[in-house]
Amino acid sequence: MALLEVEDLHTYFKTRAGEVHAVDGVSFSLERGKTLGIVGESGCGKSVTALSIMGLVPPPGRVVSGRALFEGQDLLQRKSRELEDIRGREIAMIFQDPMTSLNPTLTIGMQITETLRRHLKLTRDEARKRAVELLEEVRIPNAAQRLRDYPHRYSGGMRQRVMIAIALSCNPKLLIADEPTTALDVTVQAGVLALLRELREEHDMAMIMITHDMGVVAETSDEVIVMYAGQVVEQAGTFELFDSPEHPYTEALLAALPQIEGEDVRHSRLASIPGRPPDLISPPPACRFADRCVYASLEDSCTRVLPELRELRPGHFVRTAHPASERAAAPVGS
Amino acid sequence: MSDRAGTTAGRDGEPLLVVENLRKWFPVKKGLIIDRTVDHVRAVDDISFEIRSGETLGLVGESGSGKSTTGYCILRLLKPTGGSVRFLGRDVTGMRRSELHSLRRELQIVFQDPYASLNPRMTVGDIVAEPLVIHGIGNRRSRRRNAERLLEVVGFNAEFINRYPHEFSGGQRQRIGVARALALNPRLIVCDEPVSALDVSIQAQILNLLKDLQQEFNLAYLFIAHDLAVVRTMSDRIAVMRRGKIVETGDAEQVYTAPRHEYTKALLAAVPVPDPHKMLARREERRRLAASVEELV
Repeated sequence: MALLEVEDLHTYFKTRAGEVHAVDGVSFSLERGKTLGIVGESGCGKSVTALSIMGLVPPPGRVVSGRALFEGQDLLQRKSRELEDIRGREIAMIFQDPMTSLNPTLTIGMQITETLRRHLKLTRDEARKRAVELLEEVRIPNAAQRLRDYPHRYSGGMRQRVMIAIALSCNPKLLIADEPTTALDVTVQAGVLALLRELREEHDMAMIMITHDMGVVAETSDEVIVMYAGQVVEQAGTFELFDSPEHPYTEALLAALPQIEGEDVRHSRLASIPGRPPDLISPPPACRFADRCVYASLEDSCTRVLPELRELRPGHFVRTAHPASERAAAPVGS
Repeated sequence: MSDRAGTTAGRDGEPLLVVENLRKWFPVKKGLIIDRTVDHVRAVDDISFEIRSGETLGLVGESGSGKSTTGYCILRLLKPTGGSVRFLGRDVTGMRRSELHSLRRELQIVFQDPYASLNPRMTVGDIVAEPLVIHGIGNRRSRRRNAERLLEVVGFNAEFINRYPHEFSGGQRQRIGVARALALNPRLIVCDEPVSALDVSIQAQILNLLKDLQQEFNLAYLFIAHDLAVVRTMSDRIAVMRRGKIVETGDAEQVYTAPRHEYTKALLAAVPVPDPHKMLARREERRRLAASVEELV
């Protein structure tokens, strides 16, 4: 049995202009101890997917339908009281902004022990001892003293380490990391990613890594989901995805990415993707990438009917009528 | 506009911009009634570089390294503590208000945040034409024509002129910011993290636009960014900043393929590359460099 199985998740936001289909039919499964990367641009629904699983979708959003089976139990059917016992204990989450995820008026120690006492019912002394161990585990020097400090005494990278310590405090089976290194400098990011990798192995913890950065996905994930306009457009093992991307969107995204090595690109243009993602209030009943896709022509059925997510090769799923391996050499109308 | 390509930038073929021993120290003050300066934050500490006409210098570094402060000192949005900034042969550091006014006809800036840098109560046409108003160029009608032309230059329909910023996406707003910077036909534009708030596909559109404009108008850029890959696609030469100092400068390809300074090496090794095959080798490289960078402190 998979650790987490998400089936046909739909999360909509009611607005005055209509209902925004932020997540529109997302399914995936995650095995114990594995890392799944969810990558996509802003507004593609990657964060809302995570919030839906955790029961944290802010109003006016709501999960309209779907299932999220965690160890066989549907999280979406749980009462909020029951979810409180799961969140932080079984499934932990870290967010993008370590500056605002910590309470500035409480010491770091108080914020770590809060979780321990809530979920594990430790005494004050036990919790304090455990907090020191946790800070040491995330490589914060002078842990015992630093427990007494307030968050403003910590740098951005250190705060994210504290968030990781809090997330790990109850030995969760799943860690959801939502853009955990986006606000950090590259050298700090490298340190935090290395730490996450080590801790994940030590604790045999599964992880969902949500990011816009293809590089971060390549570094951290066993398997990758590419999201576009509220849907999964491609899913494959990490090596498979980067070696032979099939969806025109994945290809375009990789081509648009400036690189630190390879061909000298100073005097050439970057491949860009024309247009913008569709309005998710009344999404077209067609492939959502069709009007930006260089391979789709008006006669194609994909401009009228939404292509299914189909398994092109074992473990490699794609939602397009024009996967790279089935395409004629010359793109249509590029 | 483009006939400028042939003219030399300053006197005696001097580069367009010459920065020498630039310093910007911010005082750290203490005391309730009588302020005492107890220390300084050396945001920019003795840096020198040049930018030639039509060239891009990429200024790269991590947060707090002083790259934006450098940009602000060049535009005199901040007054430098020491050193000199010469633009077109004139010293910027000692300029009076009226001189600065004319300086900024030649020297413009594009800001990072396309949401905060456009006045939400002004139409796009008024935003783009505002530099012309401030500098008293043309009349109402000619300015409107100019604004339409500028909007077309950055890839918009001239009919957008009466719209407001909220009607545009982040990438489109950044185009408006670029159009405004172009209004006075400058020679040098300081681009301060112009694409860091944008998605990859949109980012590519803006970078291409900046490249096209550079060719068309023979613009020089000081391109400030933390993203090493973005800086590489834009720059002829690179300056790497760390803690207020430039630790390495050189031709872009040389800096990326054969970095000399340990910090540059560590910075490049830290970038996550979208190729899982390279992962193990890069991790090894990072571990190796981490130790030597610690020693740099």
